[in-house]
Amino acid sequence: MRATLRTAWLMARKDLRVEWRSRVALNQILPFAAITMVLFAFAVDRLPAAPGDVDTVLVQLAPGLASLGTVFSLLLLVQRTFAVESEDGALDALRAAGVDATAVFWGKTLAMWIQLAILSALLLGTAVVIYGIEVRWSGVALLVTTWLTATFGLAAVGTLYGGLAAGARGRETLLPLLMLPVVAPVLIGATRAVEAALGTGGTAIADGWPWVGVVAVFAVAFGAGGTLAFGPLIDE
Amino acid sequence: MASLPATSTTTTPTGPPTTTGTSTKATRLLGAAAIVGIVWLAAFGLGFSPADVNQRESVRILYVHVPSAWLAYLAFFVTAVASGIYLFSKKHSLGWDRLAGASAEVGVLFMGITLVVGALWGRLTWGVFWEWDARLTSTAFMFVTYIGYLTVRRLGGSHEQRARRSAVLALLAVLEIPLVHWSVKLWRSLHQDATVLRPDGDVKMNGLMLFTLFVGVIAFTLMYMWLVIHRQRTMAAEDALDDAGLDLAIADRKAEHQ
Repeated sequence: MRATLRTAWLMARKDLRVEWRSRVALNQILPFAAITMVLFAFAVDRLPAAPGDVDTVLVQLAPGLASLGTVFSLLLLVQRTFAVESEDGALDALRAAGVDATAVFWGKTLAMWIQLAILSALLLGTAVVIYGIEVRWSGVALLVTTWLTATFGLAAVGTLYGGLAAGARGRETLLPLLMLPVVAPVLIGATRAVEAALGTGGTAIADGWPWVGVVAVFAVAFGAGGTLAFGPLIDE
Repeated sequence: MASLPATSTTTTPTGPPTTTGTSTKATRLLGAAAIVGIVWLAAFGLGFSPADVNQRESVRILYVHVPSAWLAYLAFFVTAVASGIYLFSKKHSLGWDRLAGASAEVGVLFMGITLVVGALWGRLTWGVFWEWDARLTSTAFMFVTYIGYLTVRRLGGSHEQRARRSAVLALLAVLEIPLVHWSVKLWRSLHQDATVLRPDGDVKMNGLMLFTLFVGVIAFTLMYMWLVIHRQRTMAAEDALDDAGLDLAIADRKAEHQ
């Protein structure tokens, strides 16, 4: 157990160090995510949600668009983190060295979680600024809980399916096919919870908490699923 | 069903080259029964059963829609069970893997038919092709999930790699589908009610209609069994061909060095 945790921590630090030195997420994925948020605005435009309403459709859609942006960024982040592993056969080397697959799963999930959490915070920040959302501060606890739970769930799923697709032919197209149907509960739950936290959907803050529950169930399910399944998936 | 993988391993066409196809006396009988069932369904579905009071003639679409939905769910259930048996049994018999794969292929085909036929029926009855109903939405997700599963089966590698990878994926789908269904259900019920008129939950069903539906389910189940048995036998043949090809290549190479 201690050894697994230690290996996981080493894996996570290794992944974060690779990102720190290469800055692929910062220089490529983050700008991609930001431009996606701008493109969403083009698709929606500043139509009033209802006659006489000061809010725009864009404000109402902002939580969903930020969640979508996060999911799209996740796809790139997963491709990146497993490209590092399959280049030069690093994943095979880890397996040959007898590194515990569970530790690899948790290490990569942790590193991905940290990167994705930063990315999605910046995305939501971008949405708040460019879509002109007025944040209500009483929803911050809900917002932070949703943010951490949702990004963890996404990171776990990303690592799990990324490990499956790693090294496979046509992995760029395989990964979205496998992953997008799975992340639907997070997309739904996070969107509704953030909506309640920001007050964009006209719902009370208390209405947001059940949705965090949905996201949390998902995070636990795929945390446990990944712990059990990652070994058999990459061990071949 | 349980004896399927065992028969498949014994019928791998490694025998004399006079083997013609994948059928046996039993499957020919099963196939004939399936054809009789479908002719029977067509006769009842298109002829003997009455038109519905509200849905009129469009009710006849349901005689295909409901059995194919049933078949698809049955197929995915068989895939999950066979994958579990493959993964957790000591023998790791590839027969279970091929059963899972064959069943998923048939399931995806019939889930596609269910969605298309259902959309046609929806247009006639509800006035729209698609309704953001929880069951519809999660069915669509299920369809895409198993397309992904079939893609993973074709990734290559050894038979054992394929079997383990796809078995794990099939079990992850069992984890995923209830979560998706649950979340979509919450999404609709908390978000907004269905906006389009739909028939009541407890539609009173004419006896002959119910009978026709019953015929459809039996006919489609027979067809499913026939398709899966044959498909997994061709899969066994493909696997055997792969192995034989490798053996031949190795034998050639050894011959070169002598």
